[in-house]
Amino acid sequence: MSYNVNEKGYYGEFGGAFIPEMLYPNVEELRQNYLKVMNEPDFKAEFNQLLKDYVGRPSPLYFAKRLSEKYNTKIYLKREDLNHTGAHKINNTIGQILMAKRLGKTRIIAETGAGQHGVATATVCALMGLECIVYMGEIDIARQAPNVARMKMLGATVVPATSGSKTLKDATNEAIRDWISNPVNTHYIIGSVVGPHPYPDMVARFQSVVSEEIKSQLKTHEDTETPDHVIACVGGGSNAAGAYYHFLDDENVNLIAVEAAGHGVNSGESAATSVLGKMGIIHGSKTLLMQTNDGQITEPYSISAGLDYPGVGPMHAHLYASGRAEFIAITDDQAMNAGLELCKLEGIIPAIESSHALAVFEQKTFKPDAIVVVSLSGRGDKDLETYIKHFNL
Amino acid sequence: MMNRIQHKLNEDKKLLSIYFTAGYPSLNDTVSIIESLENSGVDMIEIGLPFSDPLADGPTIQASSTQALKNGMTTEVLFNQLKDIRKTVSIPLIIMGYFNPMLQYGVENFCKKCHEIGIDGLIIPDLPVDVYHEEYQATFEKYGLTNVFLITPQTSDERIRYIDSVSNGFIYMVSSASTTGAKTGFGDEQLNYFKRINDMVLKNPQIVGFGISNSETFTQATTYAKGAIIGSAFIKHLNQNGISTIPNFIKSIIS
Repeated sequence: MSYNVNEKGYYGEFGGAFIPEMLYPNVEELRQNYLKVMNEPDFKAEFNQLLKDYVGRPSPLYFAKRLSEKYNTKIYLKREDLNHTGAHKINNTIGQILMAKRLGKTRIIAETGAGQHGVATATVCALMGLECIVYMGEIDIARQAPNVARMKMLGATVVPATSGSKTLKDATNEAIRDWISNPVNTHYIIGSVVGPHPYPDMVARFQSVVSEEIKSQLKTHEDTETPDHVIACVGGGSNAAGAYYHFLDDENVNLIAVEAAGHGVNSGESAATSVLGKMGIIHGSKTLLMQTNDGQITEPYSISAGLDYPGVGPMHAHLYASGRAEFIAITDDQAMNAGLELCKLEGIIPAIESSHALAVFEQKTFKPDAIVVVSLSGRGDKDLETYIKHFNL
Repeated sequence: MMNRIQHKLNEDKKLLSIYFTAGYPSLNDTVSIIESLENSGVDMIEIGLPFSDPLADGPTIQASSTQALKNGMTTEVLFNQLKDIRKTVSIPLIIMGYFNPMLQYGVENFCKKCHEIGIDGLIIPDLPVDVYHEEYQATFEKYGLTNVFLITPQTSDERIRYIDSVSNGFIYMVSSASTTGAKTGFGDEQLNYFKRINDMVLKNPQIVGFGISNSETFTQATTYAKGAIIGSAFIKHLNQNGISTIPNFIKSIIS
C-alpha cells in the first residue's frame, strides 16, 4: 500500500480537490507547476540556503537523557522549537513564498489560528518584500494578542474573520474567499497539510526536511537511520507529515499520531478528529471531519489553539483508516502535565501542541532499547499565559 | 424526456431566477416564499440548502445560512417542507447547496428524494465537474436531475467546452471573480465576457449570477445571456422587508 499521494491527489480514498469553479484556475496552476518548480535546482538551492541560514536548520535531534531515564526508553526530541519563529511552520512558509515568487504572485494571503502560521507567513513576506494579508478569527485575535502584534510589526495586515464560529476554520473560509476574489496576483499559503490537492502534498514535501534530518542525525547517534517510533501531534497534521514523511513506507517504523482530546474524547469538547470524525469535505478536501449527522461542520475544542481543527489532513485520514499510524488522544490535563514535566526534566518549555505528543509516555510503554523520536514542533513562549493559568504559576 | 428546466429554457424570453436560503428568515417560510415567487412571475427558483461553511458566498448569504441553521433547518426538514410543493408550484425548482450535507445524506438518497419531490436540478459549487462526471452523473441522470456547473471569467475555453459537454440544462455564468453579493453592476469587462461566452455558441444556454440586484443589472446581464439569477439582493430584501413584499421586489426587476 502507498501512503503517499496518487496522481489524482488522493491518499487512499481521502483528498482530492472539492473546490468551487472560481478557485479552479488558481489551484490548477499550482497543481501543474508545484513539482516542476520544487525540482528545479535553483529552487532547491534557494530553499536549502534559507532553511540553513535563516531558519537555522538542521534543527538538533536531542537525546533527552532524563526523560529517557524516567520512561526507561531512548527518547530523542526533534527540536523544531529552535527554528526561527519558534515552530516547524516556517519550513512550509519558506517553501511556499519561493513557490509564489516563481509563479509570479505579488500578494500573499494566509489563515491562522493561534497565530503561529500567520507569524511564519508574515515573516517570509517581510523577507521577500511581498504584501501579506492574514485572516484570523475574531475570537483568536482577542486571545492571541502577542502574535497579532508580531504580525503587524512584520508588516502584515491582520483581517478579522467575523463569520461562523470566528476561529481557525472561519479564517480559512475567509482566506479562500479572498482567493476567489483575487484569482490572478495572489498566492494562498495554507499552513497545514489540508485543503485541496496539491496543498497537502506540497506542504508535506516542504516539511519532509524534518524526517530527512532525523534519518541522518540518527545515523550519527545510533548508527541506524530508522527509529522504532515517531510521535507527533496532529491538528491539521503538518509537523506529523514532516516527521513521518521518509518513514511512511517503512512499516518497521511505528507512527504515532497524537490528537487533542480536549476535556475527553466523549466530553463534547474535543478535537480528536479520527475518533469523532466521519468522512466529509472541508476546505476542498475529502477527509475525516467533525460534523453533525446533517453534514454541518462542528467546532472542536482543545486547550491548544494549534490542534483545534475540525478536520485532519487527508494523508493522516488515510494513515488512520489503513491502520498505518497509531492514533492516541490526549486530554488538556495530560498534555499540560507532560509539558511541565519536560520543563523540569530537560529545561525545555514546549508548545502545548507538542506537549500532547510528550504525554504519550504516560499512556504507552516503550521497550528500553526502543528508539523513540518525538517531534517537538514548537516552543512554549506563546503559551505562557495558558500555562500560568493552568498551573496557577 | 425534457424536465421543467429544459422546457423553461426553450421559452422565448429572458429568465429571472431567484435564490433564497431555506429556513430564512423563519424556518417555515420555505413554501410561502416559493409560492410567492412563482405568483410574482419568477421563472425559476434556487432553494439554498444552508451550510455551516459556505466558501463561495459573501456575507449576506453566509448570514442567512447561519440564521437558517439556527432556526433548525436540516436536509430532512427541507425535504419535508417540500413534499407537497408540486401540488401548488409548477416552475423549475433547483436545490443549491454545498456537497458535504448531500454526501452525509447519501448522494443517491438525496437524488432519489429530489426526484420524488419534483426537484429538477442541483447546483453544487464544490462538486467539481470531473468528480461529478466520473462518480455521480449516472445517478443524477437516473433520477432525471439536471446538474448545473459554474464558469467564471477565468475559466478557459477548453474547460468551458468540457463543462458544456457534461451539462444538460444551463451553465451558471459567474459574472466576476468574487463571492456572492460582493459586487453590483457590470462594466465593459463583464459585458465583454458575457458576449465572448455567447459567441462560443454552446449547447447549453447561460444564466448569469453574482452582481445582479435590480432591473438595470438584470437587463445588462441578459443582453447576451438567457437569464439571470438574483440571490444576495433578494435575501437583503427579505431581511429588511419580510416575505410579504416579495411581489414588489420582483415587480421592480421585471415590470
